[in-house]
Amino acid sequence: MKVRAQIGMVLNLDKCIGCHTCSVTCKNVWTSREGMEYAWFNNVETKPGIGYPKEWENQDKWNGGWIRSKNGKLEPRQGAKRRILANIFANPDLPEIDDYYEPFDFDYQHLHRAGESKHQPVARPRSLITGQRMEKIEWGPNWEEILGTEFSKRRKDKNFDQIQADIYGQFEKTFMMYLPRLCEHCLNPACVASCPSGAIYKREEDGIVLIDQDKCRGWRMCVSGCPYKKIYYNWKTGKSEKCIFCYPRIEAGQPTVCSETCVGRIRYLGVMLYDADKIADAASVPNDKDLYQAQCDIFLDPFNPDVQAAARAEGIPQAWLEAAQQSPVYKMAMEWKVALPLHPEYRTLPMVWYVPPLSPIQTAIEAGHVGQNGVIPDLKSLRIPVKYLANLLTAGEEKPVIRALERMLAMRAFKRSQQVDGVEDDEVIAQVGLEAWQVEEMYRVMALANYEDRFVIPTSHTRYAEDAYDMKSGCGFSFGNGCSSNSGVNLFGGKSQTVRQVIPVEIKE
Amino acid sequence: MSFINHLLFGVYPYIALAVFVLGSLIRYDREPYSWKTGSSQMLESKQLRKGSFAFHIGILAILAGHFVGLLTPHQVWDVLGISAGTKQVVAMAAGGFFGLICLYGMTILLKRRLTNVRVRATSTRMDITILVLLYAQLILGLLSIPFSLGHLDGSEMLKLMAWAQNTVTFDAVAASTAIADVGIIYKLHVLLGMTLFVLFPFSRLVHIWSVPVKYMRRNYQVVRQKG
Repeated sequence: MKVRAQIGMVLNLDKCIGCHTCSVTCKNVWTSREGMEYAWFNNVETKPGIGYPKEWENQDKWNGGWIRSKNGKLEPRQGAKRRILANIFANPDLPEIDDYYEPFDFDYQHLHRAGESKHQPVARPRSLITGQRMEKIEWGPNWEEILGTEFSKRRKDKNFDQIQADIYGQFEKTFMMYLPRLCEHCLNPACVASCPSGAIYKREEDGIVLIDQDKCRGWRMCVSGCPYKKIYYNWKTGKSEKCIFCYPRIEAGQPTVCSETCVGRIRYLGVMLYDADKIADAASVPNDKDLYQAQCDIFLDPFNPDVQAAARAEGIPQAWLEAAQQSPVYKMAMEWKVALPLHPEYRTLPMVWYVPPLSPIQTAIEAGHVGQNGVIPDLKSLRIPVKYLANLLTAGEEKPVIRALERMLAMRAFKRSQQVDGVEDDEVIAQVGLEAWQVEEMYRVMALANYEDRFVIPTSHTRYAEDAYDMKSGCGFSFGNGCSSNSGVNLFGGKSQTVRQVIPVEIKE
Repeated sequence: MSFINHLLFGVYPYIALAVFVLGSLIRYDREPYSWKTGSSQMLESKQLRKGSFAFHIGILAILAGHFVGLLTPHQVWDVLGISAGTKQVVAMAAGGFFGLICLYGMTILLKRRLTNVRVRATSTRMDITILVLLYAQLILGLLSIPFSLGHLDGSEMLKLMAWAQNTVTFDAVAASTAIADVGIIYKLHVLLGMTLFVLFPFSRLVHIWSVPVKYMRRNYQVVRQKG
């Protein structure tokens, strides 16, 4: 047993209101730079939809993630090492900028400076790559917002597999949910495996996956390797960039920017302990549907004295072990089993998990159309098909999704009877295998969601995480190139990386 | 004439090699963030996929050919029983073959770099310069093939080999003397070649140093240990 710790995340989709505050705050902090305008380390998609970049979930098209070969070993789906190197001159699986969207800005200054004319001046879009006028904006990071675009296009959503999807195009049958997405900081990351330079790495102390900007050579295999398409090639610097899980904040015990600013309070951060020796076996179980359980099996119980001893032997600080016991992520993923991984079938063992959303049923029940199973309604009557959620979260296996949804419904029923009728309805929670104290804790963590319950982040122990000797005379944050002077003169080519070019406005008389 | 000849073919090679080696080292050490392939595939994929593979295969084969052809001492070829004439014909055939592959790829790539709006807008001056110079160098190389048909005995080639071998053994006088009376087309090709060495550290060509050979031997997963 090799115990390692990781800060994991859970998003409670049942509470996501799709406000995009996470995306915007993340963008403002990390990607409002030239070359990264098109990149959203965090974006919120409306499902069903093909998403951003287009059809990212369709691995028949993009070849992201891992595939289990005949001998039972895993290899990147885009090809094993030799094939990756053979494709190094031109990557056949690389998305183009139009698969994301052509970044644009508007000629706002024109509104101020336009001369007198018959018509009101308008701010027209301009490409942030070429600087040229764009006649039509054709796609964006959130083009399908609240079921935008016609159903025939959104029908391509990969999660409709094995679903008679066409009826969901009817107005009466339609359904939607939000899916905020960021890097999964996987236990078995395909991006790391695909990087020919070895520039991408997983940090041992907290599991954050980072790209060493000084070692990245821009071979761009990680972009196609990542099945979640959460690695972005910066066309300006020629290096790939990705969500850094706000590691400077995490190290200081603060939540990531997306979590901190989430107005719906849907995000949770906490420590997960896992057995690193079991990663390879868990990721290569033969059946896709077993991957969720396999990943659960490598997580370790932080209350188990053997685990604690092994963790201490690995040098994991006591504060981290205590945080692991308080971890909301552990509670939701392992104790209550209400959080599920995103697309475990990619075999990357993702570490950003999701609580599936409930969806309306009430009106149908009142109209007498819906079967009711005690207080808990028959989940077949939910607007969002269970199979759809299962395709999204458990590789098509419906049982874990049903268990999660039923437990959330039971929690609601229990609290309703407790607070409205003044009776404790133990029967409804017994039906889903929970006890009253657990439901009370679920209620506290998931419904009330206080700050200190959502974010249990131990500060990084400098002594444990880094060697002070290597840090001496460091220069903190710098824009690449370590401590090289920033005189503005650059002998080795390229425009300055930090400048954001403001597009000059032509004034036409 | 002999002074200029010595300057260009006796001294310039050392300046070029010094800039090439020191420049690369300094850039690697001081400006690692700028060390990259500079791929623009994300902005334009179709043309690149057509051109890039042919270009790289062609140019790598040509580079290897030059390296082996120029720097292997002629005694080795004598021992192997390969006459200068035979070697020249093989070099012309292989060089011509891979040169045409490379030309096909580079024509696509050059056209793409100059005419694709997105690629053009994100190109630096050096990106365009280096591509144009490589293109010119390739055409000079291909043009030298018909000239070589005029003297199939390998005598010109032996002079060029002597120049290269004397240069790497630091005998500048012998080197510039050896090359003094070869055809102008070869001299231009050699001069432009050395200029490319000069520009190398300042351009995206540095990515050649970073051929990811270690990838084959590495584990798929990389975990940075503490410390």
